[in-house]
Amino acid sequence: MNMLIAFTVGVLFATGVFCLLRRCLMRLIIGLVLLGQAANLLVFSAGGVKTGVPSLIPEGSMTPPPGAADPLPQALVLTAIVIGFGLTVFAITLIHRARATSGNDDVDAFNETDRL
Amino acid sequence: MSDALLLFLPLVVPAAAAVLGLVLRTCKGPQAIVGVLGSAGLLVVGLMLVARTDAVGVIATQSGLWPAPFGISLVADRLAAAMVAVAGLVALAGSIYAWRDLADDKLGPQFVPLMQFLMLGVQGSFLTGDLFNLYVWFEVMLVASFVLLTLGNQRQQLEGALKYVVLNILASSLFLIGAGLIYAKLGTLNMADVAVRLAHPEQTDLVRTSGVLLIAAFGLKAGLFPLFFWLPSSYHTPRPVVSAIFAGLLTKVGVYALMRTSTLTFAAKAPVLLELIYVIALLTMVCGVLGAAAHFDMRRILSFHIVSQIGYIILGLAMMTPIAIAGSIFYTLHHIVLKTNLFFLSGVVNHIRGTNDLARLGGLAKAFPGIATLFFISAFSLAGIPPLSGFWAKMAIVLAGMDLRAWGAVGIALGTGVLTLFSMTKIWAEVFWKSAPEDANTTDNRSGLWPMLIPCVAFVGITIGLGIWGGHVFAFAERAAEQLLNPREYIEAVLGPDAITGEVPGAGRVRP
Amino acid sequence: MRTKSLMFAQMPRVMLPFILALAAVTFYRGHHVPGGGFIGGLVGALAFILVALGQGAEVARRVMRVEPITLLWIGVGIALCALLMGFVGGSGGFEGLWLDEFKVPLIGKVHLGTPMLFDLGVFLTVMGFATKVGFGLQEDNL
Repeated sequence: MNMLIAFTVGVLFATGVFCLLRRCLMRLIIGLVLLGQAANLLVFSAGGVKTGVPSLIPEGSMTPPPGAADPLPQALVLTAIVIGFGLTVFAITLIHRARATSGNDDVDAFNETDRL
Repeated sequence: MSDALLLFLPLVVPAAAAVLGLVLRTCKGPQAIVGVLGSAGLLVVGLMLVARTDAVGVIATQSGLWPAPFGISLVADRLAAAMVAVAGLVALAGSIYAWRDLADDKLGPQFVPLMQFLMLGVQGSFLTGDLFNLYVWFEVMLVASFVLLTLGNQRQQLEGALKYVVLNILASSLFLIGAGLIYAKLGTLNMADVAVRLAHPEQTDLVRTSGVLLIAAFGLKAGLFPLFFWLPSSYHTPRPVVSAIFAGLLTKVGVYALMRTSTLTFAAKAPVLLELIYVIALLTMVCGVLGAAAHFDMRRILSFHIVSQIGYIILGLAMMTPIAIAGSIFYTLHHIVLKTNLFFLSGVVNHIRGTNDLARLGGLAKAFPGIATLFFISAFSLAGIPPLSGFWAKMAIVLAGMDLRAWGAVGIALGTGVLTLFSMTKIWAEVFWKSAPEDANTTDNRSGLWPMLIPCVAFVGITIGLGIWGGHVFAFAERAAEQLLNPREYIEAVLGPDAITGEVPGAGRVRP
Repeated sequence: MRTKSLMFAQMPRVMLPFILALAAVTFYRGHHVPGGGFIGGLVGALAFILVALGQGAEVARRVMRVEPITLLWIGVGIALCALLMGFVGGSGGFEGLWLDEFKVPLIGKVHLGTPMLFDLGVFLTVMGFATKVGFGLQEDNL
């Protein structure tokens, strides 16, 4: 299972970087989202990947059942997903407006602020 | 006032001001007053925090009363307190400076709440003692800054914001990965706890990996070589007040995070990372100043100078001796005030003549001698001419370099200083000294200058004051540096007096 | 923007109370079992965004009655108050304060406290934010 997750993280990173390097604005955002997901998955796997033992404390007990995964990375990932949601929304509205004002979705057309 | 309250107030004040600003979004006047009052409150709280930490040392509290390292700690040492106070000062100046823009509807009703929200993120980053919480504050800051960048909705702003957004989200992902790896290996994200657990000898390989990821993430936010490209291509596009606040504060938050994490976590365990930062610092200085030399727009030149000045600060950090760190801290405080002021002045010029293009400006020294003097003093302070504050800041860094016999670094630092002077004289000659070109617009817009000039005058006063009575501030910076280099006090404040069982490696070292 | 599908145009209005009820339940469950303010807020926002997709954002705004931005600041305000209550009533820090449990017919045991209030703030904030962005994207004015 860990191996599978490791490969998934790798594939997500590769596709994310590939999309980021395209010239189309929409792919840029897709690339960012994929990279974010790769990071989330990586953090998630830091808590250990277990099956069958949810890290919920049973009623009457004070500690999670033995063999349960560490719940903290899961909580962190949840926060990171929420933040990622907000950022993605902003990024999408931004490219939406950028496309509307410039009438172009080629990243290479956005070089005005760098020109001497 | 209790320590806990003192630590929470820098977060509560901007949050409350942001809510009030949203409530009052249809009434311009009261909203602007809320902005000014909120920022002033922040400054007052910041100064109280400085007084408190300077008197009793590091103070800490746990939010929700969950004991560290399980809950989120809020910690303030001298450096954090000073940053909180200076950030409050910049916010106050920005709120006053924005008065005119707000009255003219150039910023819109979102400005005040967003700016307070930005301050919430900035203050949170300074005060948090938890790596993941730092990530959250960074994102709060980022979201507010996206929207602030695009107030005005012009093509240039959207373009600049696009670069800013993409690269900053990328940096956030790197930060998250770095923090995740630290948690995977150490099982903690509380920075003090990380420092304690890193004392075990076998952790070196981990420190390098996550250290590099954190350096990349913070370096991008701070505008370090080779990750600074977003900065000069976005900071000259928004309204002047927005770029001034960004220029003063946002990059310094990255620098602060780098200072905090490197002294607490990787400096002692992976000195190779300090070598990396050292080389990066030198390259940052050179690239920034050369970029500035190539440009002919006031705000673009100043943006590139942010990059080169960050190089000085980071150089001090990389040298890791008490005087070098003290120099870095002094430099940071001086640079926040000064750079904000230079951007304010470029906004004043823009207000008067409607452009920041050097070729289309001129003759301002004759028409506005007062503004010319303000710029003259600020520019020469940036270049490091005595007796202004920039001189002492640069001198501390250069002296630290000489102590370590790092002659190359000293040479580059001095050379960069000369090139900075060149850029500043270029602006001076083109904007103020030469007579205006014939086809230029010389109908000066003199209305409503005063609210814009009040913060400029105050900041110039501060830079002169820092030059003349710099000794006191430098002594404070030295005390702050001592705290950074001996993390024991910080760790004990967060985790309790008997948290340290073994030896905690001090971060200080001497370069061979 | 209106869709041509009659079903899609009308159903969201019918579903609206049910989705909102689902949002409320999700929110209320939040403290000890999966659920909570954030996800509840998203579900609640979805109810109105569906109306906006079916019949246009203007109709959705009318159905919602409250401006999304108003919802947003009320939410942040409530969350802030909840934090401050922990400060004033507790022994420092953003401490959570709880009332004693009591029983309400039909619902069962009710356990109220400042974390719950904070969650309500999150609920409203998220709902305001998501509807603002959702309507804005559809109307093309952000």
